[in-house]
Parts: sequence; C-alpha cells; structure tokens
Amino acid sequence: MNLLAQASGETGRTLTMVLFLAMVAATIAITVWARNHTRDATDFHSGGRGFKAWQNGFAIASDYMSAASFLGIAGTIALFGYDGFLYSIGFLVAWLVALLLVAEMLRNSGRFTIADVLSFRMKQRPVRTAAAVSTLSVSVFYLLAQMVGAGALIALLLGIKEGQTFLGMDADTAKIGGIVIVGLLMIVYVAFGGMKGTTWVQIFQAVVLVGGALLLAILVLADYGFNLSNLLGDAAKASGVEDAFLEPGQRYGVEVEGDPIQTMWNKLDFISLGLALVLGTAGLPHILIRFYTVPDAKTARKSINWGIGLIGAFYLLTLVLGFGAAAIVGADAITAQDSAGNTAAPQLAEVAGANVAGATGGAILLAVIASAAFAAILSTVAGLVIACSSSLAHDLYNNVIKRGAATDREEVVVAKFAAVGVGVISIVLAIFAQNLNVAFLVGLAFAVAASGNLPTLLLSLFWKRFNTNGAVWGIYGGLIAAIGLVIFSPVFSGAPNSLLGEGVDIAWFPMSNPGLVSIPLGLICAVVGTYMSSESNPDRFATLQVRALTGAGAERAAEH
Amino acid sequence: MATTPMREGSPPAVTDETLAGMHDDPRFLDLKRRLFRFIVPATLGFLAWYFLYVLLSAYARDLMDTVLFGNINLALVLGLGQFVSTFGIAWGYSRYVARRFDPTAGTLREGMENGDDA
Repeated sequence: MNLLAQASGETGRTLTMVLFLAMVAATIAITVWARNHTRDATDFHSGGRGFKAWQNGFAIASDYMSAASFLGIAGTIALFGYDGFLYSIGFLVAWLVALLLVAEMLRNSGRFTIADVLSFRMKQRPVRTAAAVSTLSVSVFYLLAQMVGAGALIALLLGIKEGQTFLGMDADTAKIGGIVIVGLLMIVYVAFGGMKGTTWVQIFQAVVLVGGALLLAILVLADYGFNLSNLLGDAAKASGVEDAFLEPGQRYGVEVEGDPIQTMWNKLDFISLGLALVLGTAGLPHILIRFYTVPDAKTARKSINWGIGLIGAFYLLTLVLGFGAAAIVGADAITAQDSAGNTAAPQLAEVAGANVAGATGGAILLAVIASAAFAAILSTVAGLVIACSSSLAHDLYNNVIKRGAATDREEVVVAKFAAVGVGVISIVLAIFAQNLNVAFLVGLAFAVAASGNLPTLLLSLFWKRFNTNGAVWGIYGGLIAAIGLVIFSPVFSGAPNSLLGEGVDIAWFPMSNPGLVSIPLGLICAVVGTYMSSESNPDRFATLQVRALTGAGAERAAEH
Repeated sequence: MATTPMREGSPPAVTDETLAGMHDDPRFLDLKRRLFRFIVPATLGFLAWYFLYVLLSAYARDLMDTVLFGNINLALVLGLGQFVSTFGIAWGYSRYVARRFDPTAGTLREGMENGDDA
C-alpha cells in the first residue's frame, strides 16, 4: 500500500516534490544572502551575536524539533497511545534546566563552544579535547539517527515500495538519494551560510513545521467539534485496547504478566529514559551554542522563553495528531506503511485533507506535512553540523593544535572544511546504517549529554574546588559509561530486534536506557577526579562566577 | 520597558583582577543570593514534580487511570500540568530576575567595565 498512490498517485508525488523544491530554493536563497554577510569567526560560529530573542527562539525550536519529535512522537502516540506523550513532557520540562542553570551563565562566560566555559578555569588542551570528543559523539549520534530517518521517510513519502520505481529510482535508491540530498543540503547551509545562514534557515523552517502541524491539528479537532475528550474516546475505541490506550504502560514500563523481574527492569528503564530526557537537553552542544547568537544573557533568557512556548505548543499539537491518527487512520493502516509508526502524521494529513477537499485536498495536505517533516530534519541536522564544525575549528584546531594562535580567518576556513568533512562522513555512515534500527541513537545522544556534559558544566559554574582532572574524568567517564552500557544492553544484542542480530549475545545490562546508571557515574567521576588532583584555582573561579552572573567582560554583538 | 542600546564591538577590557576582586564584594554576594534564592528552590521543585509524575506513571497506574470526566483521566491532566508548570516557572523566573536581579547585575557590570570601582 502506498501513501500517495492511494489518493492521487503521480499528482501527489509531483506536488510533494514541487513544495519540497520550493522550500529548498528558499533556504538556498537565505544561505546565499547570509554568505555575503559573514565576515569573521564571530559571524560564522555565532551569527554575529545580533539575533533578536524571538529569532533565536524560533531557531532553538527548529533545532530541537527533529523528525524524532514530530513524526516519532506522533507515531508513538498513534500506536501506543498515552506513552508517546511521556516523551514530549520530558523534552519540554528539560528546558527549565537550560533556562535556570545554564543558558545565561554560558552566554556571559563563553565565546563559541561549550568548551569555552568548561575550560575557562582549567588547563585548555585536555579539557577542550574532551569537550570536543563529547560534542562530536553526541552530535554525530543524533545526526545519524536523523539522516537514516530522512532516507526512509523520503522513500515512504514518495510511496516507493519493493519492486516499484519513481523517476527511475527503486526504494533502496530513493533511500540513499534521500540521505545524500539531506546531507548535501546541510553541508551547503553550514559551509556557506555559517551560523547566520543556518539560523535564518531554521527560523523559516520552524514556521513551515509549526504552521503545517497547526493546520493539520485544527482540521482534526474540527472533525470532533473541538472536543478533545471525543477524539480520545474514538482513538481508544479504534486502538482495540479501549481505555488502556489513554493510560500509561502500553509502551514504557510495560508490565509483563508472570515475570516480576522483567517488569521491574522495564519500569526502571522507563525512569532511566525520563532522567536522560530531562537532564540531556541542557548538555546538547548544538542547543547550547545557540545562546551565543544573541547580544546578551537577558536576550538568551527571552529566547528560551520563546523556545519553550513554541516547543510546548508544538507538543500539544503532536498530541492531537497522534490521537487523531489513531482514531482516523487506525493502527493497522499505519503499521502497514511503517512498523514504527513514523508515517502516522503524513497518513493523517492525507485522510484529513481528503475529508475536506477530496483526493486533491489529501494530496495537498500530505505535501504540506511532508515538507514540514523535511524542514524538521533539515533544520536539526544543520544545527548539529555547525556544532561539530565549531568544536573542531575552535576547540581542536585553534586551541589544542595551534594553542590559540590561529587567526580568525584560519579558524573560519577550518570550520568550513570541518563542516564538509563531518557532512560527508555522516552521509557515508548513514548509508551503511540505513537498514539498522538506529532509533536508539537519539536516546543515546541525550544520555551522553546528560552524563558527560551537564555535570561538568554545572560543576564548572558552581563548584569552586572543581579542576582540570575532574572535568576530564567527568566528560570521559559519563561518555564511556553511557556508550558502554548501551553496547552491553538489549539494544545491541540478546533480543529479537537487537542491532547485532539474534546470533550474538553479549548483553548483561538489562536496560535500553543507560541514564539511571551513567548520569550518577559521570557525576561521581567528576568529583573523584577532582579530588585525585591537587590543582585548585579559586581566583579563576571567582573571575568566572562574577563574569557569568554580571556579564562584565562578556562577548558582545559584532559591529556591523 | 526601556530599550537598552545593543552592546556592540569588542568587550571593554575588564581585567581578571577586577572580576575576581568583585567576588567577595557584599554587593556581589547579595546578587548571588538573590539569584540562588529563586533558582535553587525552583529547580528542586520542578525536578521533584517531574519525577513524581514519572514515578506515578510507572508505579501508580491505577491512580493515574482514574477518569475525571469524559475520556479525560488523571494521567492526561497531570501530563498537561507539567506543561503548565513549565510555562509558569519560565514566566515567574523571567519576572523575578527582571525585577530583583537584572538591575543590580547591570550596575555591577557597568561599574567594572567603566573602572569606577575595582
């Protein structure tokens, strides 16, 4: 069964292509404009620090709302009901950690990367190296998940299945084509447009994404006379599990009858996920560097408020879309298209559009939602690439290799090459990983961010005794613990849907989400590492804290 | 709200000594206290509230399944409550710091940047 062939076949595909190409053309135009307004490293890494609060807020939302949070959450709600909503709650509440504890102090004390803050009172080279390793790990995990998803999405949206072709492509070629197109676009956005171009592209894409989701949610609610309770009732009825569909426990923390041990692990696994979601956001490098794009800490604060408003509203829309898809499309039709439910929102668009204006309406609304999904992917991957590129150029090249002696111009040139390099490597890795179940990579990115980055950032800002050794131990400790535990978990081996297949079983860690163990472990490593070294520099701490709180001596907006 | 002119160009040279010297200044200690007075209880509060919600979802499902009206159960209401508390804390924080923190921080910053009192 093909998504588009159902309603209007070729017309639908053509419409989707036309809208997608129009969006790409608009973003390329933005990139060309930004290229002519990017002169120095501050422009390239931080967009000149001149963005307004609402602009950065839209870009933050765009960075954050990936395919995972649009298609993934809507799909999980459509198939498992209430539990999909749990994800969006963790993703949203997490912003308070960033708002209250990190954003403003980071903005006041750093320049381009999170390593600027982490290494402020430490020995530069070991801390910056560790921060760069962690930034690259988190960002590349996240990037791979998005790109593999993009490939599958394009094949699905174009409705190409085994044995069929579209424009001479079969399903596998279309998948690879999707990965390559997304990869090339993100390279173009970042290498040519820098942070200025990427930010404007993200603002534009946030409008496309939220606009598309809002339109569809209104159509769905209108069907139910704007009565959420009726919509939920229909979704529960259609799900076949009745009221249980509206209650927690269908997807996370599943109770296994007659197996109390497995039930216990399932519940702890769910708590572990909840912990990583709420603590991960404030450790994601591509999110944190966005606070450098505004003139001061106060604007950074206001931009998070914009971000929280947009992201919260968007998750409320996905709640409607998810339950709407369950009620109107039905789980059978969704899993026939994609077993993970990622096409629930696009399928809903087709049906809802058809209800309003026949097959053409279905094709148009599907094209709109497909473009919104592409926008969600493109804006997130571009943000991830710029985080990698800034860290490679500013931390590794300038501060570690050149010991801070590289010129502004050199750093920008290296950053551009780094963006191309990271982009090409991600394309190749994503093509190799395209048939693997990589959905766990987003959770892993959050777990590493929460275990390695957040504890060291907070200790840097608030603990006087903290030192180089503690920071290095904390970052590597959290990083290795999170990745290591996942390797020995059912995600990798020992379960029917494990990454390594059924033949291998090296699993001894019973949970898929490592956060419950790796986050405390990261913190303990940072504290123990600190006391293992006699280094202590209260004066530098005093300098950092005064600067972080008052903003005295903080970087300012570029003068042009 | 008065619009402050955008601060452009390279930051004025504030020496590390000036910054470090401010750390024990009573005005800075007061500033720090004002900030911590909000962020410490707020952080503990929203984390406790969030984990209460997560734990109820995992271990108190009968309670969460309580239907309040129509098809709206307690789980949904508490979930939406997390949205409301997040919006509320963000709003309350911004209001608090704008009144109780920003003016003092600004005065101290300008003092240090203009070299009025090192």
